[in-house]
Amino acid sequence: MAKEMNGEMDKESLRQLLEKHESEPGALIPILQEIQESFGYLPEEALVFVSEEVGIPLGKIYGVVTFYSQLYLSPRGKNIIRVCHGTACHIGGAERISEAVSEELGVGEGATTEDGEFTVERVACLGCCSLAPCVMVNDETHARLSPRKIKRIVKKYRKTRVD
Amino acid sequence: MHLSSNDSRTVVKVGLASCGIAAGAQEVFDYLAEEIRTRNLPVRLERTGCLGMCFKEVLLEVLEEGNKSLLYGEITRDRAERILREHLEDGRPIKDWIIMGEGIHTPLENFFSKQRRIVLRNCGIIDPESIDDYQDAGGYQALERVLRSMSPEEVIEEVKGSGLRGRGGAGFPTGRKWEFARNAPGEPKYVVCNADEGDPGAFMDRSVLESDPHSVLEGLLIAGYAIGALEAYIYVRAEYPLAVKRLKVAIQQAEERGYLGKSILGTHFGCSIRILEGAGAFVCGEETALIASLEGRRGMPRFRPPFPATSGLWGKPTCINNVETLANIPWIIINGGKKFSECGIGKSRGSKVFALAGKINRGGLVEVPMGITLREVIFDIGGGIQNGGRLKAVQMGGPSGGCIPEALADTPIDYESVTGTGAIMGSGGMVVMDESTCMVDVAKFFLSFTQKESCGKCTFCRIGTLRMLEILERITDGKGHLRDLEILEDLAQKVKEASLCGLGQTAPNPVLTTIRYFKDEYEAHIEKRRCPAKKCRALISFEIIPEKCTGCRACALCCPTEAVSGEKKKPHRIDQVKCIKCGMCLDSCKVDAILVK
Ligand SMILES: Cc1cc2nc3c(=O)[nH]c(=O)nc-3n(C[C@H](O)[C@H](O)[C@H](O)COP(=O)(O)O)c2cc1C
Ligand code: FES
Repeated sequence: MAKEMNGEMDKESLRQLLEKHESEPGALIPILQEIQESFGYLPEEALVFVSEEVGIPLGKIYGVVTFYSQLYLSPRGKNIIRVCHGTACHIGGAERISEAVSEELGVGEGATTEDGEFTVERVACLGCCSLAPCVMVNDETHARLSPRKIKRIVKKYRKTRVD
Repeated sequence: MHLSSNDSRTVVKVGLASCGIAAGAQEVFDYLAEEIRTRNLPVRLERTGCLGMCFKEVLLEVLEEGNKSLLYGEITRDRAERILREHLEDGRPIKDWIIMGEGIHTPLENFFSKQRRIVLRNCGIIDPESIDDYQDAGGYQALERVLRSMSPEEVIEEVKGSGLRGRGGAGFPTGRKWEFARNAPGEPKYVVCNADEGDPGAFMDRSVLESDPHSVLEGLLIAGYAIGALEAYIYVRAEYPLAVKRLKVAIQQAEERGYLGKSILGTHFGCSIRILEGAGAFVCGEETALIASLEGRRGMPRFRPPFPATSGLWGKPTCINNVETLANIPWIIINGGKKFSECGIGKSRGSKVFALAGKINRGGLVEVPMGITLREVIFDIGGGIQNGGRLKAVQMGGPSGGCIPEALADTPIDYESVTGTGAIMGSGGMVVMDESTCMVDVAKFFLSFTQKESCGKCTFCRIGTLRMLEILERITDGKGHLRDLEILEDLAQKVKEASLCGLGQTAPNPVLTTIRYFKDEYEAHIEKRRCPAKKCRALISFEIIPEKCTGCRACALCCPTEAVSGEKKKPHRIDQVKCIKCGMCLDSCKVDAILVK
């Protein structure tokens, strides 16, 4: 998913992206989300470019990026593991699920594994509360977990990569 | 979408909302699709949304000739294989797996009998990605009626007559909000659907969007017509990818049928709908913060008045309504506001959707008439507490709400009665707690949530919640003082009074209600340095009962810190210095030899 920003080519696709949103006032957040979609994060060059093209001060863009927890200024892992810490999952033992994940991967919440394969996040409620505790890996939700079950799931994602 | 064109008599439906998918429904669905095709069975396979019985996912319904329905629960791929063979091919239903069906008595019969399904009328019945299904169920008739034969004022009168109040938490009368927005000077006007559902432990809106997205679109368009808006927005939470996908499909289908666009159904009314995805900020569910986010800014709330109905998006009159509020609207137009208001009590009319979760047997989504008691919901519909446990409290209203103790379980569910307990009706999260839940820990949990999500604009919300959190951490660490309770209550009062938006104004509620109803638990943590529910790690220890231990080594193998030692077949022991109190040993022990103190 993560692409490098390089030269003219990417500037061109950025420009197209901006043109698409031209008629929509206030579309900064969808623009940032789309950039993130293609790079995996928000590279500084891209933000500078957006600022110059759209005429929004860079400081303001930075302010928006840092406000929202799902806009990222640095690259993230290929697989995103979101451990739910909503009410139902908390009561159902989410803390232990988190511990199991970090034991399996060797990194804590908010961190990315050294090989860049996994980023672990802590989220508040995935909306699957009646099947708590839950974890979302990429776009897939896994429910009714136990520490052992989540370890198995994480291992599986690691394997699919090797294949 | 009808996946097979041959119009066979038997229909098989699989619940494919995210709860079902998390339980493995997609695998079951794909398997059935493949087998039905290769075996050339006269069966039509359909996708549907969430029936609300999340505790029995994966759900599979077989509709036979004459619409006789049999519902299977807890289906796996292997079980689907047997259903295919015995029921669909040989005509012999598998009685043991049927959880509901005509003429069959099961303990689940009463799951629906006490419900009143208005918002959820189509959920788990129709295919959420089929506009045909929605129309077959009467969909878009309300929009037609409104555009062809009602003036905007008449629409507003009808909604006012229904007594419908906003389901997003604040409970403001919907008809009156529409009237304000309609009469407010300024053009253009906007309508916004608030689908930011951020309360942890709540999933009503997700389920409606995934199971019946057209009903929300229809309600939103009717709101647009009533207030005179040409543009509508749906602000959806980032964690709901499937809801976004199904909304996009629904919008495209509605456009194709002429229910959306410049001239809807050939009338003078035109309206477009755009979806915006949130970027992970709970406070953006607050209406003025949501508007800031729509405008591409940091999602910080602002002082009200002016209310969005007079000055909202780009300073123009903007009507913001919750998903569930809007999903009620088509029903109200078709059946009449009067019919809606016949259900409910006092100033709370109609029904309310609740997301049941926590230590309850039947976790899922239910819709009940206003005025039903908490006890009825938890025991009659929800099937009581898991593992024969005892109800301790029920949490309503998420981080803005509170914990209602078992002693008040006969409280009727209406806005005023629930507020009377110190909790709030909220958006519909109902998390059930049993004796194993520590109430101080729950208060700490919610406060750490609001503290993290505070946007930082008000001092009391930003720093006051942090100070409160520090005190709670001190208490759960066994370092609290009795005076802390007074300080907590004092701070709570100040945070409530001095915060700008609902987030700060309600953040102390979980703390205040737990102190009010479970003071003894706080005192046990402080005075006795004990956690009665045995949850707070600093206050408990794990030990092995030598008489019971068989030396099977299960706990030693799973202990992450190698704190368990001992010879095989001889009693083991736990090194208290190494023990991190994760509880893995407790789970692994098959002979109940682990004691939590
Ligand atoms: C911190 C905070 C979060 C909120 N989150 C939501 C939400 O996720 N969904 C929602 O519909 N309303 C939410 N609200 C309430 C909205 O501000 C607003 O009252 C509601 O969307 C109005 O719609 P209704 O009248 O149909 O309920 C929140 C309010 C606050 C203070
Ligand atoms: S609390 Fe975890 S999914 Fe809702």
